[in-house]
Amino acid sequence: MSNLKRIFSYTVLIIASIVSIFPFLWMIVSSTNKSVEVTKGKLLPGSHFIENLHNLLDTVDLVPALMNSAKISITTTILGMLIASLAGYGFEIFKSKSKDFLFNFLLLSMMIPFAALMVPLFRMFGNISQNMPMIGIDTMSAVILPTVTTAFLIFFFRQSTKMFPKEILEAGRIDGLSELGIFLRIYVPTMKTTYAAAAIITFMASWNSYLWPLVILQSPENQTIPLLISNLGSSYSPDFGMNMTAIVIATLPVALIFFIMQKHFVAGMMGSVK
Amino acid sequence: MQTAKSGRKLRAKNAVIGWSFVLVAAVLICLFYFYPMIQALIMSFQTGSGANLTFTGFDNYVRLFKDPTFLTTVKNTVIYLIIQVPIMILLALFLSVLLNNKSLKLKGFFRTAIFLPCVTSLVAYSVIFKYLFGQDGIVNIMLMKVSLISEPIQWLTDPFWAKVAIIIAITWRWTGYNMIFYLSALQNVDESIYEAAKIDGASSVQQFFKITIPMLKPIILFTSITSTIGTLQLFDEVMNITKGGPGNATMTISQYIYNLSFKYTPDFGYAATVSYAIVIMIVIFSIIQFKVAGDKNE
Repeated sequence: MSNLKRIFSYTVLIIASIVSIFPFLWMIVSSTNKSVEVTKGKLLPGSHFIENLHNLLDTVDLVPALMNSAKISITTTILGMLIASLAGYGFEIFKSKSKDFLFNFLLLSMMIPFAALMVPLFRMFGNISQNMPMIGIDTMSAVILPTVTTAFLIFFFRQSTKMFPKEILEAGRIDGLSELGIFLRIYVPTMKTTYAAAAIITFMASWNSYLWPLVILQSPENQTIPLLISNLGSSYSPDFGMNMTAIVIATLPVALIFFIMQKHFVAGMMGSVK
Repeated sequence: MQTAKSGRKLRAKNAVIGWSFVLVAAVLICLFYFYPMIQALIMSFQTGSGANLTFTGFDNYVRLFKDPTFLTTVKNTVIYLIIQVPIMILLALFLSVLLNNKSLKLKGFFRTAIFLPCVTSLVAYSVIFKYLFGQDGIVNIMLMKVSLISEPIQWLTDPFWAKVAIIIAITWRWTGYNMIFYLSALQNVDESIYEAAKIDGASSVQQFFKITIPMLKPIILFTSITSTIGTLQLFDEVMNITKGGPGNATMTISQYIYNLSFKYTPDFGYAATVSYAIVIMIVIFSIIQFKVAGDKNE
């Protein structure tokens, strides 16, 4: 590589990195400053983080919103893993023409925009509300149910199952294990990395989802973190320091997961296009 | 005879087990994707406020083409699409080529930094961008400090600049995401092709357009289709950065559906009709992209 090219490459990459990181840095720095300092364009960290946090806890129900988001995301992730991996395994191990047709049909659901589903789903849960208020409008179940199974996740598990050594399954059968036993005792432990990648993607999507919770959740005590952040953003005269503190806290869990499991996350994303 | 019979029995048993593995997932997807799709189609021929709908034939579809708000939202969405998607894909390709260089140092840092925006929630980053691009926001402050502008740009209150701000925001969020796909595809490209091109005297620019882009065509097709579908469904950003304003200058089709259903006097039937407009647009754009990619193949 010539010197000129090298300088060019590094310059472009450094600028791209600064542009990518700057909003994060600004968010973190601002969460330690007073609102006035943020509007003045202060770019150095201050000492007001605790004060901002106090204001935040006094103004909004941050902890309940975090708990709601955690409940929804963890349930969605566990159920999603279970249902999608069973299906991905089933589609790959027990192949047949009709099942391949069903698989392709299910993949079509990836093309359906959520905006087209929103109104019918809302009415569906409205009808359910009349008989079973437990899973109707304004419940955690109503948030979870429509998003828990995605064709993408099934596709992801089926692709990964292609790599699974089939002889091990035969060995399990000869040892007299049931098909479900083989799945639970051989497949699940062997596919740990696949589960990890799928879990991160599902958890992040669920933690960050906005439109469906906005539609289906109504009472303030049920609101999730994105709904809370959105309300903060729409206030007429925002307390910037306090709002940034809220955003930092909302972003922290997923950012941590990302840094710890970065390899799996990237592997998972790329697995989706193999 | 005995073994053939038991073989058949075993196969039948396996078929039952196989179906039972996929059953729950198939039922849930049919229940929460395909059934609502059919419901939406039926609703698109009905009208009325809230849950009381009556059948009115094609009235909603006629209304669609005369509805100035709908036409504005389609125009806005298409503008986002045809400006943002090509910019983002070229930028992602360009960055991935730079990062694919073997002798580059700090590769891990650059990759993580550029990918980082993908982990933020759409709402959280939208609110941050709303503040960044406020009239007294840090972007204006910095542009004025370096004397690029003499007075603050009305990022969020001017119809033109508001669209620009949205496009910048989406590009910031998704370029790294696309870059990762290209980077992984580039790692599978045989180095010797570039060596041969270099010997033949091809410049870096020629190599980029004559080798890299054609080689990555399938993955470019994949990312442009997912980006197109994503842009046609754009909601979180616009809702949280500009609320669709000023006027309806940044409103997207998804946001219009939301407003029709839950903000204005609810009109579920017409909202369902508008939602089918997105479905049709997704189908049309996907076909176009397949056609364009297919033609280059010949």
